[in-house]
Amino acid sequence: MKKIINDPNEVVQDMVQGLVAAYPTKLKVVPDTLVIARQDAPVQGKVGLVSGGGSGHEPAHAGYIGKGMLDCAVAGEVFTSPTPDQVLEGIKAADGGEGVFLVIKNYTGDVLNFEMAAELAEAEGIQVEKVIVNDDVAVEDSSFTTGRRGIAGTVLVHKIAGAMAENGASLQEVKRVAEKVVANIRSMGMALTSGTVPAAGKPSFQLEENEMEIGIGIHGEPGIERKPIASADDIATELVERIMNDMEIPKESEVAVMINGLGATPEMELFIVNQKVQSILKDRGIYVFQTFVGEFMTSLEMAGCSVTLLKLDDELKSLLGAPSEAPAFRI
Amino acid sequence: MRLDVNKTIQWMQLTNEKMQANKDYLTTLDQPIGDGDHGINMARGFQEVASKLNESTYTNVSDVLKDVAMTLMSKVGGASGPLFGTAFLKLSTKLKGEESVKQDIFGTALTEAVNGLKQRGKAEEGEKTMVDMWAPIAQLFLEDSNVTADTLLSTADSALTKIKEMTATKGRAAYFKDKTVGHQDPGAASTYLIFEALAEVWKGDSER
Repeated sequence: MKKIINDPNEVVQDMVQGLVAAYPTKLKVVPDTLVIARQDAPVQGKVGLVSGGGSGHEPAHAGYIGKGMLDCAVAGEVFTSPTPDQVLEGIKAADGGEGVFLVIKNYTGDVLNFEMAAELAEAEGIQVEKVIVNDDVAVEDSSFTTGRRGIAGTVLVHKIAGAMAENGASLQEVKRVAEKVVANIRSMGMALTSGTVPAAGKPSFQLEENEMEIGIGIHGEPGIERKPIASADDIATELVERIMNDMEIPKESEVAVMINGLGATPEMELFIVNQKVQSILKDRGIYVFQTFVGEFMTSLEMAGCSVTLLKLDDELKSLLGAPSEAPAFRI
Repeated sequence: MRLDVNKTIQWMQLTNEKMQANKDYLTTLDQPIGDGDHGINMARGFQEVASKLNESTYTNVSDVLKDVAMTLMSKVGGASGPLFGTAFLKLSTKLKGEESVKQDIFGTALTEAVNGLKQRGKAEEGEKTMVDMWAPIAQLFLEDSNVTADTLLSTADSALTKIKEMTATKGRAAYFKDKTVGHQDPGAASTYLIFEALAEVWKGDSER
């Protein structure tokens, strides 16, 4: 393992300190926790938005804290859900009196820990609602989930629910719009190489030089098929087709596109994937409202990418286009 | 059986010893079907439980179990933290104010723990999870008016044997479905250790 770290067991602590030091006017750490919050949190009179999960997916989740997106992010150990007491601290730090909304990715550990935190918060008199994101069309159940996994599409849930909360919407309204995004968003990814969890010290899995894996998850959990590496155009085609087989996107629909790098794929390659995705959509008569290319939800230094499509209506378009001051998602 | 503060603490201390001794075994069970850290997580969690109970003083069983629950939740992590945390939290809630817990109340509290586990884990009996270990033991305490250390152990033993032959339909293990037949569920195995410890604490008491 070759990594720029100090102690493999202290990577999350060190990262959190460094992250907040990079944005001292925007972010703060809740003392004695791995909870990062908006500098002005809790914002009175606004629904608080909290997300989080295992570390190793940077810039998710703390990169999405800021006006127009999240109020707090809770960092777990690498690829491990944060515990309920930590999530509870995040909920408290985000609560401005109008309740707190949780964006949870569908992994068994995340769901259990966030739900338990929600119950503890409710016992303390804080209203909590949640949405569980399950955008990955690759597998129905996985080694980490019952049901579909939540992957890069989660970032657009943060964006749209965040804009809704920033507009002063009620907890129920934030929930409604978040559920609408989840119903209309699909993603699928592929990998060329594994990432390495620092505490494990070796790659999570092995792919041969000429192999790729389609439909892989963001923790190295298995996908659909391991096969010889194909061209960018073929990869893009397979990912888009699998998404469109799952969700009908009629002609003349408007969509948002996200091409997400998994940590070790150059932007050059992501743009190459994007050109094919755009041309497929154009051929099908689908309009692209907005495109995001970059690293949004990574898997340490895994080489690979995911494609996300979000079907839009007027409400979602206006929320997606609303300002965001989050360091990793400025609009 | 009666459970008082001292016996509850002994129960948890002995559970910790068993988790430490079986750390590698539990991890081995988890490796083929999960991410291979169940033993490490449970050993870490109960080590923290043992330290917490050592440095605190208690006047009722409920408070002991509440600290057990909160410690497991914050130190075990993953899916096991909230699940074991829920079970002990439910026990604690139901036993509130009890200085000395009688068998029937313990049975009711265990049933609450089972309900909590089912709700939290969205699991039912027969799905090869720790529910299949907690449920028959809860039932034993409700139905048998004179549970002994031996009947507790034999109930736990037969539940463990039965679980091994089930097909997993819930949790991570469900991904592996038929391959899980003949493989022991890690959560059930660690639950077994908890009740084995209870039986031994109790037996030691009757021999004294």
